[in-house]
Amino acid sequence: MPKEAAEPHPIRPARPRLAPRTAYLLQRVLAPNAFYRRLAAAVERFPVLRRLFTATEKRAKEPLFGCRMCGQCALPVTGYACPMSCPKELRNGPCGGVGADGSCEVHPEMRCVWVVAYERAASQGRPGDLRRLHRPVDHRRWGESAWLNYWQGREDTLWTTEDVLSPALRAGEPSAAGADEPAPGEGEPGEVQTGELQWNS
Amino acid sequence: MELVSTSALRARLAAGGFAVTAEISPPRGASGDPVRRKADLLRGWVDAVNVTDNQGAHVRLSSMAGSMVALSAGLEPIMQMTCRDRNRIALQSDLLGASALGIRNVLVMTGDHPKFGDHPGAKPVFDLDSIQFLWAARTMRDEGTLMSGRTLNPPPDCFLGAVENPFAPPAGFRAERLGKKVAAGAQFVQTQFVFDVPAFGEWMSQVHDLGLHERCHILAGVGAIRSVRAMEFMADNVPGVYIPEETSRRLRGVPGDRVAEEGARIAAEVIQQVREIPGVAGVHLLAAGNEAAVPGVLSAAGLGLRDTVTGDAVAGDSHGR
Repeated sequence: MPKEAAEPHPIRPARPRLAPRTAYLLQRVLAPNAFYRRLAAAVERFPVLRRLFTATEKRAKEPLFGCRMCGQCALPVTGYACPMSCPKELRNGPCGGVGADGSCEVHPEMRCVWVVAYERAASQGRPGDLRRLHRPVDHRRWGESAWLNYWQGREDTLWTTEDVLSPALRAGEPSAAGADEPAPGEGEPGEVQTGELQWNS
Repeated sequence: MELVSTSALRARLAAGGFAVTAEISPPRGASGDPVRRKADLLRGWVDAVNVTDNQGAHVRLSSMAGSMVALSAGLEPIMQMTCRDRNRIALQSDLLGASALGIRNVLVMTGDHPKFGDHPGAKPVFDLDSIQFLWAARTMRDEGTLMSGRTLNPPPDCFLGAVENPFAPPAGFRAERLGKKVAAGAQFVQTQFVFDVPAFGEWMSQVHDLGLHERCHILAGVGAIRSVRAMEFMADNVPGVYIPEETSRRLRGVPGDRVAEEGARIAAEVIQQVREIPGVAGVHLLAAGNEAAVPGVLSAAGLGLRDTVTGDAVAGDSHGR
């Protein structure tokens, strides 16, 4: 291991983490609806109110999730383990350097965020959440309120709505390896037969 | 009019052949000669060779320049591109540059954190993750557009590769993660070092369940350990490398001057074993600075000098494009 025992990572979620059940319950409570949409629009009309609201969100989410205020929250589909607390800020799953014990390669005293995410999502019967493709972070949004964005539908395209491993998205039915010519219309390896994975949606 | 790629690696895989790739790390210095020397050792034995991108976050000659040297030495390069040092502007730009220079294979990876390298204070970029960059690269090639939506004329031509570590936690997600890479655009994948063949087989069966071997060519990573010290270094310092007790016992069980030989024997055995696993399309020889051992390992595994697969095989194959 490199010399020093890793400088502490700046923001970490409080221990113990919010129970996954509670987190998903919160998801239902905070789900966008007409009331929240109007509330968010109203808050955004007044800069002071907006700053206050954003600060409150930060106060709540920083200790709960180690939130960095990226302004585009992935928590609903990552078992409420924040991918931005990964030292590589990976939004689509763990890197290949996770220790055999599930530790982070960069901060070995911390568990890999994605190991935590996988366990938490799976424990609530939602492992499919992790099979969506996340689009890149928009770095203009740092510091914004993700809740205001979420309630006003600005986060609808952060990730694909489909589980990209669902059979419907597979390029043709599996046949014996390397046996036949692919059926007409069947793609080459890597091709996805759907409009779902458009870069801009 | 179909575009005919000149990737010999793609041609080999598309023809259903067993592919062999290896790895060259460019030098810490401003000369291509070390790359040329390593290319001379490997030419004829492999279909293509990875040229690493500042591996371990240590500054080396760039992977694009190294790829060009390999190409000019008659060895097909697989240019590695990590997301560690470049934002989305530079990544897309370099993908265009590589294609313009005739580099036909690109391997996309997240990359080691700068903390592990010789510039630990460097800014870790990670603007895109490997999956997002694969997605962007496929969009550039197939849709002819940048991430911004602006059109490319002409689009790049590249055979897109990814990496996966079948042994890292969370075990239940590793095949699915490959699935995400395939959905994003990966056409071939090279795995982390395989020493534990049963564990690799377990991962491969999950890959089968997801049908991924039908959509992506899977190359198992194999390496010859040359000393006990090298083994210990890899186990302790290279993130994501797992060396099982059995391998460690075998290498420690022979006299010091026979370790390299035993390491090569283990590598040859692993090659023969993974070849038997359905869906394994080839092997990737991770040299770990030991390129000279590659021909010996390959011939011990029954993989002799390669016959040439020409681009014509691609044109005649429906996997080609």
